[in-house]
Amino acid sequence: MRLVADRIHYAYRPGRDVLSDVSLTLDEGRVLFVLGANGSGKTTLLDCLAGVRTPHTGRVTMDGTRLSELKPRNRAGRIGVVPQVHEPVFSYTVGEAVLMGRAPHLGLFSHPGKDDWAAVARALEAVGIAELRTRPYTQISGGERQLVLIARGLVQGAGCLLMDEPAAHLDPHHQHDILHVVRQLASEGYSFVVTSHHPNNALLYANGVVFLADGASIVAGPPDTAIDEGNLRAAYGMDFEIVRGVDGARAVIPRISPQPGAS
Amino acid sequence: MIPPRRATAAILLLIPPILFVAVLLIGRYSVRPDEVFRSLFGLKGSSEILRPLIVRVRLPRALAAACIGANLSVCGAAFQGLFRNPLVDSRILGVSSGAAFGAALALLVSGSAFAVQGSAFAFALLAVGLVVGIGGRFGSTPLVIVIGGILVSALFNALLGLIKHVADPLSHLPAITYWLLGGLGGIRWAILPPLLVISGVGLTFFLLVRWRLNLLTLADPEATALGVRIRPLRILVIAVGTVMVAASVATAGMIGWVGLVVPHVARAWVGPDHKRLIPASAAIGAATLLVLDTIARTALPSEIPLGILTGLIGVPAFFFLFFQFLRERGEAR
Repeated sequence: MRLVADRIHYAYRPGRDVLSDVSLTLDEGRVLFVLGANGSGKTTLLDCLAGVRTPHTGRVTMDGTRLSELKPRNRAGRIGVVPQVHEPVFSYTVGEAVLMGRAPHLGLFSHPGKDDWAAVARALEAVGIAELRTRPYTQISGGERQLVLIARGLVQGAGCLLMDEPAAHLDPHHQHDILHVVRQLASEGYSFVVTSHHPNNALLYANGVVFLADGASIVAGPPDTAIDEGNLRAAYGMDFEIVRGVDGARAVIPRISPQPGAS
Repeated sequence: MIPPRRATAAILLLIPPILFVAVLLIGRYSVRPDEVFRSLFGLKGSSEILRPLIVRVRLPRALAAACIGANLSVCGAAFQGLFRNPLVDSRILGVSSGAAFGAALALLVSGSAFAVQGSAFAFALLAVGLVVGIGGRFGSTPLVIVIGGILVSALFNALLGLIKHVADPLSHLPAITYWLLGGLGGIRWAILPPLLVISGVGLTFFLLVRWRLNLLTLADPEATALGVRIRPLRILVIAVGTVMVAASVATAGMIGWVGLVVPHVARAWVGPDHKRLIPASAAIGAATLLVLDTIARTALPSEIPLGILTGLIGVPAFFFLFFQFLRERGEAR
């Protein structure tokens, strides 16, 4: 499995590139974090990697084949998307929601059967929420919904999952729960692209990091070298300091000039 | 809590056929069960009066009621999912406004039952064609299609007003008014075949495609990422649903509320998964209209227009359902 974006450009309106000249490579078992400010093009990049949008120039390939040349169902069988958690209109059960991931494997007039439900059971087991199968999706927590969406990606049969800000709206503990599952699945051979607003999560969980600034990838590399003061300033337009914990783990803290009135 | 599936399925499958036979017995002229079967199958002992009554009057009427109830409810359920909006009903796309205009036009010009049915059907399709055509230029998103439906409905309502304005107040206007109130009083075998064929094909389509309707309730990019070609599927569902609703409205006039309320009842009973929701909607819809039409033709010495009955029962039913919905979300006590 190898997902490659090669110098892609994308614009919603002519002349206004949201992505310009972005490249990245995702190999099997890797977790790649995409960091960047709001509006830097992270979600658009994810759409291009998913094949939901087609870049205007450059190409996205899966094992050498352009995504635009794959049939939608074949593409969906290899690349899954884990969207941001949202409130659904209808209260499907967790099992029914995950089962929708079988769509690429079922024809227009066919219905999911025993094998499909077995895949759902395995996926729920893999993300550790087997006991939630019959609960309404509307009545579980945000962290649990994120796991449901990961499970849906697994039953899709996709080896590569694209996650849009999985840590959004979650407390540190639940962020860890999700990203721990991501690491575990990566050790089994799945690969992930994760957009994030948390450089510290990238330091803890990523094998690779891509910084986006104004739609261009400014740097890519392993987290320990890519995440430094210079790149953080370029990406977010403010100063950061990198500190080391007693066990040698690195962490990013923002440097804020003292506000008037603050003690 | 969802009750055991097999029991639910059995009840839902049994209710419509039982009601269907039951309503053949009920009427101004009551009939014993054995007489119904004798008449239906032309056995010995079927009386000269009963056979025409049951075979020519009550049977086509019951068939029409069951088909129309199922059509409106199944399309209502499918459209609520497709537009991700539980307040949508089967007439959202301007079907009924188009049909009303078409029927009124035919009543003004000719008055034959075939012309009325045909014209109502044609203009219903035209109205939805306009909506989908407009929507297609702007990406066919649910919002665009809903707004297109509102605009096209308003246009045809204005045209209907124009026809009422020029219609002869002593002959044509009452005919138009009664047609708009809806009812199955005029059903004869002769005008039934289009409805039966369309219902058969349409309901089969929805039964086959029902699991995939779940995918239409997801956000567009999400469904696309799952490998679903969402626009063709959406247009296909709208097209088949529209033809079913148009055939129903063209045969029975304006019958409101069924397509809105029945899917909610079905959802409360079997859950939102379309795999169970679609058959449940069909069964409950058919049963509802069989019962309401029987009330319409037997409760008073003269027939009560069906559209009035569905409104009288549909409004409180919806009120009740809506409060339950609010209570579940903690927004009402």
